[in-house]
Amino acid sequence: MSYFSDIYKGIKTLLTGMSVTGGYFIRARKGVITQQYPNNRETLKMFDRFRGEVVMPHDADNRHYCTGCQSCEIACPNGSIEIIWDRVVDPATGKKKKIIDKHIYHLSMCTMCGLCIEACPTDAIVWAQNFENSVYDRSALTKVLNQPGSSVLDGIED
Amino acid sequence: MNFLQMNIPLNITKTISDWIFSIMPETAANYTIMVVIAVAYLALFAVAGLYLVLLERKVAAWFQLRIGPNRVGPWGLLQTMADALKLVSKELTSTIKIDKFLYNLAPYFVIVSALMAMAVFPFSKQFQAFDINIGLFFLIAISSIGVIGILLAGWSSNNKFALIGAMRSGLQTISYELSVGLSILTMVLLTGTLQLSEIIEVQRTGGWLILQGHVPSIIAFMIFMVAGTAETNRAPFDLVEAESELGAGFHTEYSGMKFAYFFLAEFINMFIIASIAVVLFFGGWLSPFGITENITWFPEVIWFIIKVLGLIFLMMWFRWTFPRLRVDQLLTLEWKYLLPLNLMNIMLMAIVIWLNWTI
Repeated sequence: MSYFSDIYKGIKTLLTGMSVTGGYFIRARKGVITQQYPNNRETLKMFDRFRGEVVMPHDADNRHYCTGCQSCEIACPNGSIEIIWDRVVDPATGKKKKIIDKHIYHLSMCTMCGLCIEACPTDAIVWAQNFENSVYDRSALTKVLNQPGSSVLDGIED
Repeated sequence: MNFLQMNIPLNITKTISDWIFSIMPETAANYTIMVVIAVAYLALFAVAGLYLVLLERKVAAWFQLRIGPNRVGPWGLLQTMADALKLVSKELTSTIKIDKFLYNLAPYFVIVSALMAMAVFPFSKQFQAFDINIGLFFLIAISSIGVIGILLAGWSSNNKFALIGAMRSGLQTISYELSVGLSILTMVLLTGTLQLSEIIEVQRTGGWLILQGHVPSIIAFMIFMVAGTAETNRAPFDLVEAESELGAGFHTEYSGMKFAYFFLAEFINMFIIASIAVVLFFGGWLSPFGITENITWFPEVIWFIIKVLGLIFLMMWFRWTFPRLRVDQLLTLEWKYLLPLNLMNIMLMAIVIWLNWTI
């Protein structure tokens, strides 16, 4: 009589499922698992691998790691990164050297694919964890990543 | 007007009806009272439907360890009011190649049939608009009309998703109507009457019907809840408006207030199914163990509402637990399992009553 045992099994498994969800329903009082975002804006910390936007970290002396090799610009599939660079004479060695003038990043075109960060040989650009990226004007989404007056850290090319 | 036994001797309405009878001739007064009751029920159940939507959202949130709507009003109590206002103020858009007349008619079929069924429920001893002796039959008949609205909506939208959804609804309602009817019939064997107020009177002395009829009653209750959930097109039987397959099913092309009618009708239908179950199995407005039977001022409607909310919670629990059925699984469940079980159950109930094994 597999007919009746099927019915029995069916009811039993349905009740098992309902007990699972019912347990969740009862435990829902103890706390929610979702972030109450605008309320916990001060304390909310995004996880490490979150891809907010591309930033270029600078140290205390306003130095960055970008050598201007343009690997990121080549790696970017949709032209979100433009690097305006220049050649100057390195005073220490007397040789000509490539430096970046502006590392321009179009957040409005970026798909957060991360290819630029993988391509960077010196880890000059990294992901930031901020997510409040909305602005009132589209031009505000075009960012210059290197701070004004910053320069590349010595010896990073080696 | 003799065939309409308007049975509303609530104190407030009695005062109003006396006053109406005193200022106009009898026929006009009867019609006026009907209109007043209709408007009152419309307002009451539109608001009740809105709050059921809110309850559904809250319960869903708690099942998924979320908070749910909590911004509009205290604890989000005004959220669905705000949604309804938004839907009222929205433009009614439609596609070019619709069948205009049927397209506009369909939402009214659905909402009117849902609201009509509310008329016969005895919410308390006095609070019943329309106490006819074929109450249950009337309920089954009315609740089947709603599917015509769904079929019309799907057909007139001129949209393949809407049409598929509507056809699924037709198939589902025709199949599960049998189970609803037969499980109600099982209980009618026990009550011996179709009049809802009489059914409750039967339970006043003999205990709730789910206890009176013990095993066959419990089986009938389970079948009724499964088939009733299917009848209201709710998950896990929501293949009528399966979002992941059909967009929104039969109401894909509807917007604004017409969409809101479909939405509201779904929740009022849920209330209707829960109310039928409460009247048939859990004693309607009767208090458990008769604890408030001797307190004359106690509003019995509270017991009715508590029981209905309990059953509605059960249906919401189904919704947030079980995955959607495929069409063939839906039909297998009905024709291979529920229907034969139901027929066996009727035999069992007949034997129980014949041998006087009722409690």
